[in-house]
Amino acid sequence: MITKRIIPCLDVKDGRVVKGVNFLGLADVSSPVKLAQFYSDNGADELVFYDITASAEGRALFTDILCEVAKTIFIPLTVGGGINTVEDFDRVLKCGADKVSVNSGAIRNPDLIREAARKYGDQCVVLSVDAKRVDGVFRVFAKGGRENTGMDAIEWIKRGVDAGTGEIVLNSIDTDGVKQGFDLEMLDAVCRVVDVPVIASGGAGCKEDFVTLFQTLPKVDAGLAASIFHFGEVSIADLKQTLVQNGIPARI
Amino acid sequence: MIAIIDYGVGNLFSLASSFAFIGEEAVVTASEAEIARADRLILPGVGAFEDAAKKLRASGLDRVILREVQNGKALLGICLGMQLLFEKSYEYGEHEGLGLIQGSVKPIRDVIQEDLKVPHIGWNSLRFGNEKSPLFRYLKEGDFVYFVHSYYGADCDGSVIATTEYGATLTAAVANQNVYGTQFHPEKSGSVGLSILRAFCEL
Repeated sequence: MITKRIIPCLDVKDGRVVKGVNFLGLADVSSPVKLAQFYSDNGADELVFYDITASAEGRALFTDILCEVAKTIFIPLTVGGGINTVEDFDRVLKCGADKVSVNSGAIRNPDLIREAARKYGDQCVVLSVDAKRVDGVFRVFAKGGRENTGMDAIEWIKRGVDAGTGEIVLNSIDTDGVKQGFDLEMLDAVCRVVDVPVIASGGAGCKEDFVTLFQTLPKVDAGLAASIFHFGEVSIADLKQTLVQNGIPARI
Repeated sequence: MIAIIDYGVGNLFSLASSFAFIGEEAVVTASEAEIARADRLILPGVGAFEDAAKKLRASGLDRVILREVQNGKALLGICLGMQLLFEKSYEYGEHEGLGLIQGSVKPIRDVIQEDLKVPHIGWNSLRFGNEKSPLFRYLKEGDFVYFVHSYYGADCDGSVIATTEYGATLTAAVANQNVYGTQFHPEKSGSVGLSILRAFCEL
């Protein structure tokens, strides 16, 4: 039986994992390679790396690190951040990425999805969407959630899937960082209109939030989180035991 | 030495890395001489069947593979590489494969209910049936591996060595003498996957 995926997300800047990592017993907590190994050993089903570097030097360092990770960790790797062209896809795929996540780059140039899907296959293209309620409508936000594009999130996601997106990461700005659970209403609205995998992001505060997510919305395929894993508030191994105890298929 | 056959389809970085990781010498190559020198062959592949089959033929590597297999060399096809081992595929038309495994490649959509998503993507468990192939000697029933595919190997009952459940019983791996194929990606299936590659190196 296909399992629900649990995906930790690592933000990498200038070659280091940022946004506070606090693990007991892990000496070099900001080493992407060591953290990736730690998560892989503890049952992560996939890893997402976001490159939040702005400089060209930082970008080169990021791809070096990606190569290092892909030499020692053999689970699917998704890469996002700074993906604006098909050449950017090529750059990270050559370093061992399996999927590439686009966000602002696709908002600026929607043809990017179609071009990349044609060249690398639908399964390779992940559309990451930061969405927030504005006057009761889900709107797409760009630039790391700072700028309201005015686009309707549901329409944007439908358009992305039509263009060849193989998977959606839906990050709710409304629930992100609040740790009161995933944005079930927003996720439900998206699951109703697409038939590609949907990955929930933003809002997980405890194991039970994942149980609620998968029990309430069986069409959601995966849950993504960062800080709760980084700070050890939720252990992936524990979380997966809890899922299985609640009758949710998970890889143990 | 293992030859990972490079016919211009897909990303071979992880595959090469996974052999390096388990301490096996592997080369990514399109050279007939190198393939002839290798002890074992890997046929990788992602993307569309027709395009891959065309590239394989255009490069002349299809003949090289058939000859080496005829000489008894072990071959492992992975994902689309497994599908290419079949006689034919019905992915967007009807296309001829290598014919090393009896059967054809058909859309998953035809055999599963509508509310299941295609592609079948993610970690799913393996079942081996009565007899476990040496390829899975380090695995136990129910171990999880990583799948990404929209088509599956059909009409190949005699060759199936593992299945997985996704709305229907789907072919997860096949074998015919020295020819093996996995629909899933061992190089993306963590320690379980690496142990399959190790077992292949020990065949």
